[in-house]
Amino acid sequence: MKELGFDAVVIGGGAAGMAAALELEAQGKSVAVVEREDRLGGILCQCIHAGFGLVEFQEELTGPEFAERLEEKMRGRAISTYCGCTVLGIDTEGPEKIVACASSAHGVLRLRAKAVVLAMGCRERNRGNIRIPGTRPAGVFTAGLAQRLVNIEGYVPGRDAVVIGSGDIGLIMARRMSWIGCKVRAVIEILPYPSGLTRNIVQCLNDFGIPLYLSYLTTNIYGRDRVEGIEATPIENGALAPAKAFRIPCDTVLLSVGLVPENELSRDAGVAINPMTNGPAVDSYLMTSVPGVFACGNVLHVHDLVDYVVEESRRAGRFAAAWLGGSRPAREVRVKAGPNVRYAAPSRVEPGRDNKLYFRTMIVKNDAVLEIKLDGKVLRSSKKGHVQPSEMMTITLGAAELEGAGLDSAIEIAIT
Amino acid sequence: MRRELTCITCPIGCALLAEGGEGEELRVSGNRCPRGAAYAREELLSPHRTVTATCRALGAGPSSPARRIPCRSSAPFPKERVGELLAAIYALEVSLPVERGRVLIRDALGLGINVVATRTLD
Repeated sequence: MKELGFDAVVIGGGAAGMAAALELEAQGKSVAVVEREDRLGGILCQCIHAGFGLVEFQEELTGPEFAERLEEKMRGRAISTYCGCTVLGIDTEGPEKIVACASSAHGVLRLRAKAVVLAMGCRERNRGNIRIPGTRPAGVFTAGLAQRLVNIEGYVPGRDAVVIGSGDIGLIMARRMSWIGCKVRAVIEILPYPSGLTRNIVQCLNDFGIPLYLSYLTTNIYGRDRVEGIEATPIENGALAPAKAFRIPCDTVLLSVGLVPENELSRDAGVAINPMTNGPAVDSYLMTSVPGVFACGNVLHVHDLVDYVVEESRRAGRFAAAWLGGSRPAREVRVKAGPNVRYAAPSRVEPGRDNKLYFRTMIVKNDAVLEIKLDGKVLRSSKKGHVQPSEMMTITLGAAELEGAGLDSAIEIAIT
Repeated sequence: MRRELTCITCPIGCALLAEGGEGEELRVSGNRCPRGAAYAREELLSPHRTVTATCRALGAGPSSPARRIPCRSSAPFPKERVGELLAAIYALEVSLPVERGRVLIRDALGLGINVVATRTLD
C-alpha cells in the first residue's frame, strides 16, 4: 500500500476537478486529482455536440474539445493525476484527511491531504426514481448511458425510441439517434413546459419532426423481453385523463428525467447535504460542514453550462488555497431563496468582498423582476426579459452592498 | 409562403411568423429585436447546422479501448445536405492515434467545409 501526502486532493477529474486543481496549483499548493475513469474529462468526453466554451474560451466547442483544452492546461503543472482510480472513502477524523483509493495500476493508495475538494459531478435519475409502471424488459436506458454507448463505445441502443422527459441530454440524444438512422417517435414531458433549453427543442426535435407531448405522464412500459411500447396519458387540470391515454410502439426508452449530485462519499464523510440542491451545504468559501472539505461543480448543484462549472470550481480552488494559508471568512451573511427562487449557491456570503452567487428560479416568465434585499430593504432591482427553471442565473454582490449587514442579517433573492 | 418559427438567438424564444419570400420580400413579425428577423431570414433562406458525429476507429486495442472518434464540421453545414455529410462520416475508418483538429474529410461534398477530429486518442 502506497501513502502520499498533498496540500489538497481533488476527487473527480471532470471539468470541475481540473479547474479546481489548476487553481490550487497556481496558488502554490501541491495537488492530486483522483479520477474513476481511465482518462480525464468526465462527462464532457461523451458530449460530442457543440455549445460549450462560449464563456470560458469565447468560442463554441464540443465537449471533447473543451475537456482537452483543460487537460492541456494541466500539462507541465505540478498536479499528480490518478486515473482509473476509485475513491473508497474519505476519513475526516484526524488533523489530516485520508482519501482511500484503489486502482489496478496503483493498487491501494492512501492520499493524505490538509484539504479535499469534492468534484464528483452528478448522476442521472432512473426508472426506479420516477416509478414508471409496467414490465421490466430490456431497452430502457438513461439518456446519458445511451449517449455513452453511441458516442464512445459505438453501440446503437435501439432502432425505434421514445424519450421520457425533456431534459437537455434527452433532447440532444433525440437528435443523435435521428442522425444515426434511428426513429425517435416522441418526447413525453410531465410538466406543461419543456425542461431543456429552447434552442435544443428547435434544433433537436423540430428539425426532425419529433412531437413533444407536454403535460403527459408515461403510465406504462410494455414488452416481455424487449420494450414493445409505452403508454402516455394526458394530465388535464391536475388529474390524469385515462380515457385519452394512447400507446406509442417503440423498442427503446430513453430517460431524461433529471440529475442528482453524487454525494455518497460526501455523506459517508459526514458532510451535511442541502435538501434543495441535493449537494453539500456550503459557506461563502464553498466549504462544506466538514472543515477543509470543499465542493464545486455538479456535485454541489446541477449546472446547465460547463463554463459556469469551471468558474465556480476555480473559485473553490482559490478558497481552498486561502483556507490552507490560514484565511477564514471574517463574518458571514445568510442568503435566503425568496419568492419563486428554488435555491442559491453558496447560501452564505462574506461582507467586505465580491461574492458570486448562482441561483435558479421555479417559474417560467417574461418581463420578470429580480430583487436582491438585505433585511427587507431592496439593494437592487433589475428587469429580466425571460426567466425559466432550466436557465441558471447569476449575480455578484459587491463589497459596498453588504456594508450595512449585521450579525443576524440575511440577503434574500426574489423573482416576481 | 407562411411559416412559424421559434427564435433561438436568446432564451426568450420569440414566436416568429415569416410571410412572403419567393420573389417578394420576406416579412417577419413576432420578434422583439432585430436578431429575430435575421434568424428567420437565415433559417428560411439558407439554414445551416453544425454537425457532430463519430467515425470508426481502427487499431483500438486493450490499452486503448476507443472505438469511435468524435468529429465535427469546421463550420455550420447546409441543412439539406447534412444527411450526405453524415453518410460520408460514417463511411470513414481512421487509424489511431489521432490528434484533435486533424482533418478527416477535406472540402466535404465540395462545399469548402472540413470534418475534423475533436479528441486526441491513442
